Order: sequence, then structure tokens, then C-alpha cells
Amino acid sequence: MRLTQGTFSYLPDLTDEQIRAQVAYAQGKGWAVNVEYTDDPHPRNTYWELWGLPMFDLKDPAGVLHEINECRKVFANSYIRVSAFDPSHTWETVRLSFIVNRPPEEPGFYLERNEVNGRSVQYTVRSYAAAARPAGERY
Amino acid sequence: MAHAPASRSAADRYKAGVMQYKEMGYFDLDYEPKETDILCVFRITPQDGVDAEEAAAAVAGESSTATWTVVWTDRLTACDKYRAKCYRVDPVPGAPDQWFAYIAYDIDLFEPNSIVNVSASIIGNVFGFKPLKALRLEDMRFPVAYLKTFQGPSTGIVVERERLDKFGRPLLGATVKPKLGLSGRNYGRVVYEALKGGLDFTKDDENINSQAFMHWRERFLYCMEAVKRAEAATGEVKGTYLNVSAGTMEDIYERAEFAKELGSVIIMIDLVIGYSAIQSISKWCRRNDMILHLHRAGHSTYSRQKSHGVSFRVIAKWMRMAGVDHIHAGTAVGKLEGDPETTRGYYDICREDFIPKRLERGIFFDQPFASLAKTMPVASGGIHAGQMHQLLDLFGDDCVLQFGGGTIGHPTGIQAGATANRVALEAMVFARNEGRDILAEGPEILQRAARTCTPLAQALEVWKDVTFNYASTDTPDFVPSVTPA
Repeated sequence: MRLTQGTFSYLPDLTDEQIRAQVAYAQGKGWAVNVEYTDDPHPRNTYWELWGLPMFDLKDPAGVLHEINECRKVFANSYIRVSAFDPSHTWETVRLSFIVNRPPEEPGFYLERNEVNGRSVQYTVRSYAAAARPAGERY
Repeated sequence: MAHAPASRSAADRYKAGVMQYKEMGYFDLDYEPKETDILCVFRITPQDGVDAEEAAAAVAGESSTATWTVVWTDRLTACDKYRAKCYRVDPVPGAPDQWFAYIAYDIDLFEPNSIVNVSASIIGNVFGFKPLKALRLEDMRFPVAYLKTFQGPSTGIVVERERLDKFGRPLLGATVKPKLGLSGRNYGRVVYEALKGGLDFTKDDENINSQAFMHWRERFLYCMEAVKRAEAATGEVKGTYLNVSAGTMEDIYERAEFAKELGSVIIMIDLVIGYSAIQSISKWCRRNDMILHLHRAGHSTYSRQKSHGVSFRVIAKWMRMAGVDHIHAGTAVGKLEGDPETTRGYYDICREDFIPKRLERGIFFDQPFASLAKTMPVASGGIHAGQMHQLLDLFGDDCVLQFGGGTIGHPTGIQAGATANRVALEAMVFARNEGRDILAEGPEILQRAARTCTPLAQALEVWKDVTFNYASTDTPDFVPSVTPA
């Protein structure tokens, strides 16, 4: 399967040049860009690991691209995403978030059904990779 | 213009009999609205021979304390405070028999946290008043003090996006079609295909409640199977707006509870359930971590005609205060009524924290929203992937684009239709962020994206000639201001 979280997962994987343009867009808006990675891509896993702090004062997309590539060197088999934070009043949240690295194989998720109360079902989505191995050894 | 007489003895003012509304204290061109006043602008069409100022004063009177005759019991109250005051009357540009009447109401006239009370006061009686041919409530300005008595959207755009983990692009939805007649099992099939193909949401239609062909529990059970299967297939959070509208509030709560038990992230109501019911279910949603989608069923009966009724911009304001997270607000380019600038005005009202006066968008007052959460506008009705550049240009990122026919009617199936829309959307956002002029280059951007996405190529081919070019009935009447050189 292909994990389709993030703003651009239905497009072909982005080139570095394309990533640079999107980062420049975010920086132009005054958003702080940061890099995060995980080997637990469950849709409810909000907190991917931080690759350093959000780059609040960086205005050059090349600096972000450098961090992405450093992160890729260490976590080539993980998911890596770029997120942009908008600190302005009434937003104060992520405004753009897209995946820039994926493991070569994406086994995906299975749906566990717990049948309760007659026909009702309680559903649990489980990651094959996260269920099979501990963190850091999954992909 | 003549001003109301400044002073008259109380004995004279309260002598039994009938008196012009203008003479009763409901008209004062020197009145300066207070920061805490609730302001309205009405479009009035007086009957032939009725003076516009007297008609405007009558609207102020009949929507506040007046009745048709003098009553001595006024003198038991601080009556001047409670009288609404018409403080400005302007001719409507291009409409010789119509006037815009500006009326100020003291905040003490209204119960806190009650859209019912606002509407009962402002539109309760006066719209049937005989001396007027027609009356339309164009806009309202609510003071911060009054806004702060409302909860506002139970979730809001920011928290909805954080919960769904979806940022940087409009969300995508589709209404299940045919809207009536599918069994629960077949209905859930449409939901599964559309969500797996790439949509974020599917939606019940306004009149899907609990009918002989599909009772509500069947629909909820099959829909949630579909939602969860699609989540597992994509690794994304998905939702379907389960319409909980029903004949009684008890039934509405029962359906909402069942949606929660099954793990739905969102429920839906129709505007016709009424303002109290909307405020109640919004509080329930805040307590239960639920997003609340509102279908504006019925609004066109009173919002569409320019001369009479209530503008949708007022309804949008009321609904943000009442606490809905999503509201259908028009498409401009689709099959339903919507002048582009007027529609943008509705979107501003839903999403901005401060909405400046902007007559070309039909907005008559500066309106601060006092940090009430933002409501997500929904564009739905007769739109398709080939219009993606226009939709993104008009409405920006923070909206839901709903392609019902434009997903389910795809020649190679629902999943393909959903994928076509998602690819078109992401490609357009991507191009805009790169700095491209999407309005000019939109068709080319879509064609390029279609090279690696056959479903998009098919969608663009099937719907290439579909447009709905009809004149809008509800457009702003204003004279563009000339900027000094």
C-alpha cells in the first residue's frame, strides 16, 4: 500500500527541487519548517520524532533540504515528513505537512474487529510493521 | 432629512391613540451606535405612498418594543433604552423603491447565548408588516460582548485539521448518490469506494434520515465498516457525516450516541432541525469530541430573493455563533445559486477572526469574531475536477470541496472518481505553492497531472463541457467607491 497522509501523497514522490519550492512557500508565509520521522505511521500517531527543533529563523530552503537529507541518511527506511507551523493568532498550528521519504516496502495496516452488542463492531487499525517489531527495527 | 422631534412632554408622547413610529422614539439620525449595540441593516420596500423613513422607524419599532398604538405601560420601563433606533436610511443603488435602513438594538434586548431569541426579536413579527411590500435582513453586526456568550463551533477548523491530521489543502468530500433508495449495505459500498479512492469524507444527504428503504442504524453500521476499512487501506483518518437529524431531540441524541459508539469522528444535522436543536447538539459535540456538519437545508426559501427574507450571510453568522463546524456556503461555479463575490463574503464570515466592511461582498459592517473558532465552509453541488483551479482560487485551503456526482459518476467507478479529484486537488495546491498562476494555467496543470493519472484524464474528458452559467439573483447592490488619485 501507499500511505496517503500528508498534503501531496497522491502525487509522484517529490524531487528535491520540488521540496525546495514547497519549503520556500512555507517560509514565505512566515511559517517555521521542521522535519520529523517515524516508523509508526498509524493515523493516530500524532507525535513523530523531531529531527531537531523547528527552524524558526531560517529563511533559506537550502538549509531545510540539508536537514532532510541528513535525516534521510540516518533514517532511510523510515517515513520522514516536513511540517510548517504558523504561529499567528487564531491559527497557531500546522499549515502544511508532506511526506518526503518512505520505506521501500509499505506493508500497511489491518483492521481488527471486536464484535460487541449484537451487530456493533469496535474497530482497531493496526500497523503490520509496528506490530511485528520494536521501534527502530521495523522497516 | 427631518429629525425626530427632540423633546416633547411625556404627557403628550403617551396620550392614548395612534402615532407615527418616527415620533415614538424609533428614529434618530443623530444616534451614534454604541460598541455594545447589535446592528442590523434591512432592505425595505415600502408600500406605495409610505414614507421610507416612517417605514424604517416602523421596522425598528416592530422588531423591538413598539405596537401599533401608544401604550401607557411603556412608562413603567426604561423605555428609551429598549427602543431600537433607526439611525441611517440610504437609497438602494439601482432600485428606486428600496432603501437600506440601519437599526441599532441595545444588547439588553437579547438573551445571552440564544440564536432563537435573536431571531425571534429581529425577524419574529416584522416581516409580515402591512405597510411594507417586502423586507430583507441583509447583515447584522454582533458586539464582542454578546459573541462571548456563545460557545461557537464545537471543534473549529484548527482542531478539526489537527484531529484529522490533514493540512495545507481543502478537504474532499462526496454526497452518497442516489440520495434515496439505497439499502444500508449498498450505501456503505459507495462510502468505502469513495474513501478508499482518496476522499476525506463522504456525506449523507439532507433527507437521509430513517426511511423504509434504510433505517438509521443500518446506515450507521455499514458506513462505519466502510470508513474503518478505508482508514486501514490508506493509513489516513476518514469520516462520513452521519446525519442524525430526526423528529425529536431525543432521537437526535440517540443517533449521535450511536455514531460515537461506533467510532465516527463527525455527525451531521440539517438547518431545519431548528436553532435550539443546533445549539444543543453543538454542546453535545463539544462534550463528545465530535465534529458537527450542518447542511443548510431550506435556506433558499428565504435567502435567495434579494427583496425579501434573510440573507445567507446572516444565517452563516448565526450558525458560527450557534456552534457548527461545517456549513454549506455555496460554490459560485456549481449548480446552485451563488454570485462569486457574495459567496466569498459568506466564506469570510465563516473563517475570519475579523471581517471588514466590504460592500462588494455584501458585508455592511466591520465584524470582529472575538476568537470564536472558525467554521469550515463547504462547497457542494454540481462541481467537478475540471474546475479545481477556480475553486482553489475562489475559496483557498480551508474549505471542504464536495464532488458527489463528480465522484460517483466517474466512468470507471467511484474509486477512480475519488482518485481523480484527489490528484487534481493536490496538483493544483502544489502548483499554487510553487508560485504558478493557477487561474490562467489551471487547465494545463490538470492535463499534466492527468498524464500520470488515468482516472483524472477520464474525468476531465467526461465533464469538460459542464458549466452552470446563469445570472445570480442574490448580488450586492453598491456603488464602488472612487479612490482619490
